[in-house]
Amino acid sequence: MSMPFYVSPEQIMADKAEFARKGIARGRSIVAIEYDGGILKIAENATGLNKVGEIYDRISFAGVGKFSEFDQLRKIGVRFADTKGYAYSREDVRGRGLANAYSQVMGDAFTQNPKPLEVEIIIAEVGDSRLAGHEESSIYKVMYDGFISDHHGWCVIGGSVEEVESVLKNDYEEGMPLGGAVKLGREALGRGSNGSSELDAEKLEVCVLDQALPNRKFRRLSTDEVTGMLAS
Amino acid sequence: MLLNGKYHGSSFAELLQVDYPHLQPQFSVPGEAIIEAPHGTTVLAFKYGSGVLVAGDRLATEGHRVASRDVEKVFETDQHSLMAISGAAGPCIEMARLLGVELEHYEKIEGEALELDGKANRLSNLIRQNLPAAMQGLVVVPLYAGFDLRRGVGRLWKFDITGGRYEETEFEATGSGGLFARDSLKHNWSPTMSREEAVKAAVTALTDAADDDRATGGIDLQRGIYSIIKLATASGMETVAEAEIETVYRALIAERSGGNS
Repeated sequence: MSMPFYVSPEQIMADKAEFARKGIARGRSIVAIEYDGGILKIAENATGLNKVGEIYDRISFAGVGKFSEFDQLRKIGVRFADTKGYAYSREDVRGRGLANAYSQVMGDAFTQNPKPLEVEIIIAEVGDSRLAGHEESSIYKVMYDGFISDHHGWCVIGGSVEEVESVLKNDYEEGMPLGGAVKLGREALGRGSNGSSELDAEKLEVCVLDQALPNRKFRRLSTDEVTGMLAS
Repeated sequence: MLLNGKYHGSSFAELLQVDYPHLQPQFSVPGEAIIEAPHGTTVLAFKYGSGVLVAGDRLATEGHRVASRDVEKVFETDQHSLMAISGAAGPCIEMARLLGVELEHYEKIEGEALELDGKANRLSNLIRQNLPAAMQGLVVVPLYAGFDLRRGVGRLWKFDITGGRYEETEFEATGSGGLFARDSLKHNWSPTMSREEAVKAAVTALTDAADDDRATGGIDLQRGIYSIIKLATASGMETVAEAEIETVYRALIAERSGGNS
């Protein structure tokens, strides 16, 4: 009779984390940048499948890693936000509450499921100067194990975070215009070890939370718009 | 947040049914009780040259009494469509709110908005689910109208309490003063009306309805309460300003009193 193996909890967690990191490292990066009129999300994405999506009036989502998993997370975020906004009021749906809920769900999945989620996500909430107590923008990153962190100015998820971050650390300035933020985002993505250096508008997915829009602030920029911004 | 929710589709109303039944609007009660509640009265919708116009008066009544003088009965359910309510005010307003979330929810989950036909069909479904409450007196019979971006035209529908959906090609009005509003539109409506002519026809029809139906509220200059008039066109949604409605209304009174107002 063979002896059952003993594997320490530390070992199980370390193995799961390594597995999740490997899955995420295969994907390309996504950058979120605060600009003077909102929050930009820019991703290298030549496919028709979106990595960035709308969650609620002032909140957007971006995910890297396994598409089926982060798209599932996006959908449960929409269900969570719409249900909360319907049961209470639209202003009660906040980025921090949503990021916390994601952290809970992803943390539970990491400890309870045999296979952890191979995803990282960014939740961004754009501030609204007309709503007292809602003026500040916020950006949250949630990792595969539910680890949550908040970021100011910019945030990176995906395969080669260090290289992409180095560009943003050097060149990001507060209050950049949208065009400048798009160019900075492209440059940063191009620096990633598995990013391509020649990123034109067709290979980019660019979405904004635009403070100037009336209620739903989320907008997907067209290829033409992005081409124009990169050329100027 | 539910990672393993039972519902995986794109409908918000169905999501509530399956995963959050306690949040579902449910107005019927067991037994055969008839429920008395405030009623909204006259709303109308018609096509005109560049799209569709939807308008409503502001009065809600409870029997012979005024329940509210400035209730809103025309709702923007998304950027291109409008719902005008007549019937039991509470369930009507809740249904308009639910339809708004339903359309937005579908668009976010699927990454693409529903066709105008699909939106009207969803509303049918919500009305059908309200049938038990309708049998107890809480009737919801809205008008639904919008600009069909695919076909490039304004379209409108009326509904019955079973969710029956009937597309109208010209104009429609419902509620207690609906008959008089329809009569007025019969004389003033034409399919090629300009925006200004359309606003005038709407103000005229609501004034005529308020004239002959005691439960319809006319424009109240004394309190500054004006009808709600909204237009859905290719370029989006417009709410007609109160100042413009006042000007049109004053001109109408002057015309009718032979210039003596």
